Amino acid sequence: MTDASTESPRMTQPAATASRFRRQWAKLKRNKAALVGGVLILVFVLTALLAPVLYRGNPSAPNLMKSLEPPSLENPLGTDELGRSILGRIIYGARVSLLIAVGVIAVGIILGIPLGLISGYYGGKVDFIIQRITDAMLAFPGFLLALALVAVLGIGLKNTMISIGISMVPIYIRLVRGCVLSVREEIYVEAARAVGTRDAVILIRHILPNVMVPITVQTTLGMGTAILFAAGLGFLGIGVQPPTPEWGAMLGSARNYLFHAPHVATFPGIAIFLAVLSFNLFGDGLRDALDPRFKL
Amino acid sequence: MLNYLVKRLISTIPVLIGISLLLFFMLRMLPGDPAQVLAGQMATPQEIENIRHQLGLDRPIYEQYAIYLGHLARFDLGRSARTQNPVSQEIWARLPNTLLLAVVAMGLACLLGIPAGIISALRPYSWIDYAVTMTALFGISMPVFWLGLMLVVLFSIILKWLPAGGTGGWQYVILPSVTLASFVVAFIARMTRSTMLETLSQDYTTTARSKGLTEKVIVVKHAFRNALIPIITVVGLQFGMLLGGAVLTETVFAWPGIGRLIVDSILARDYPMIQGTILVFGLLYILVNLAVDFIYAFVDPRIRYD
Repeated sequence: MTDASTESPRMTQPAATASRFRRQWAKLKRNKAALVGGVLILVFVLTALLAPVLYRGNPSAPNLMKSLEPPSLENPLGTDELGRSILGRIIYGARVSLLIAVGVIAVGIILGIPLGLISGYYGGKVDFIIQRITDAMLAFPGFLLALALVAVLGIGLKNTMISIGISMVPIYIRLVRGCVLSVREEIYVEAARAVGTRDAVILIRHILPNVMVPITVQTTLGMGTAILFAAGLGFLGIGVQPPTPEWGAMLGSARNYLFHAPHVATFPGIAIFLAVLSFNLFGDGLRDALDPRFKL
Repeated sequence: MLNYLVKRLISTIPVLIGISLLLFFMLRMLPGDPAQVLAGQMATPQEIENIRHQLGLDRPIYEQYAIYLGHLARFDLGRSARTQNPVSQEIWARLPNTLLLAVVAMGLACLLGIPAGIISALRPYSWIDYAVTMTALFGISMPVFWLGLMLVVLFSIILKWLPAGGTGGWQYVILPSVTLASFVVAFIARMTRSTMLETLSQDYTTTARSKGLTEKVIVVKHAFRNALIPIITVVGLQFGMLLGGAVLTETVFAWPGIGRLIVDSILARDYPMIQGTILVFGLLYILVNLAVDFIYAFVDPRIRYD
């Protein structure tokens, strides 16, 4: 928050910000669950970035001679129906999941934040129209909305990102609008308006920083939801398509071999679970550290 | 009360029209020709044109929507482009299966989630509280379809206690409903915990305690009753999550419900069926939230609908 009334009056703005940051960081560090989440996120991101180093080979190249092999020294997590290393596909799958999560959040933020800012700041007819569209979108549960959008846009990686991203837009709109409503009457906003500051500058320089806390928390938790939704779509066969290594799609095809090779379905599920858990743990901790008032 | 019921029912009509409008125009405005998809890769332009005419896709879009809305008013959701059967007939045949799954799952979720949340709130920051909180977080993070597969591996393949999928007797309902319940139980437990923590610290709870009432009476009659409104709200909202989860659970267990029908329709680009199924899901969600509004009045006499 830009309101630094709790700080010493002699403290300069950057010093106050640094002090607040240190306090929040200390609080976050004390939260063991958040730390575990943070470490898991780091592992997840490093796995995605270093995939070609961690697994040397083509994770999509079939080798039917090794079809459905159980875990062994050569293939620590076994092989799938086409003889591909499950470990290799999980490692490369981290890339796909991370890419989707980042893409989804980008769509949500790019559309949701400006609409929320405009809706909350201007009010009136603009607010009414944006809010009624938001209502209609929120009438569908998130996963169903993403499903409906996939039905429209078609299947594939890009459309998975766009569909899930759009399904998150109303959440950002509501969140940002709520925060804007609570700060738009503040004296510093009124003062900026009084000296003739343009609306765009007021929105970006004075109001947006006040919305950053809930946005940061929502974004962290949203990353987990994005991975879960994308895996769900992949599992149903309407998300990322084979042979791209995607965790949900891996589970979808593993379903046919449950009786003969249950290990094929076990490990991709653990990967999804850990990735989602990491963002949920970290997001919860972040919320408690940054501002516990923002219970989502 | 009756007035309120009628008003609320009428107020759902514009929402439904809004949803149908959104679905109808979204499906038609964006790329992809359903006539081409239905006719297949080898179809001649004439065949594609015939299908387009059959489906009314050659008419102006507003005309298509007006016809669609007229049919909707008569509960006629059109014919499936894939099977040629009436959409309403196919939905009607599968709706009881989805509802059975959803109701059993929600019942299970409440039976587990509410007591877990209460116990957690009664011993805050104890090992049991941490256990419940962490289990809830695990539940929220777990992909429901993966849990379903793992339950099949354990109970159907290894132990051979329960069927792996399909429909039949009560034993076919257990695994899908447990899977689906896992999707929402965590949210219910978390909400129960936080609202119970709040009501347990209220003045009326302190007063009840100072009057020497037993802990059971304080928890059940004072704290829990006052915590019910947010719990019911979250149960209503989670019903929507349950419907989303049903799509995945029905796929895992080859359960013949509406969820699986949506996926099959999306894969076949069966527009009338996609519209119909999603509209019915929207309607179910609205009806549940309507029901939640009325339940408020029963659990909290302070709420009156005039």
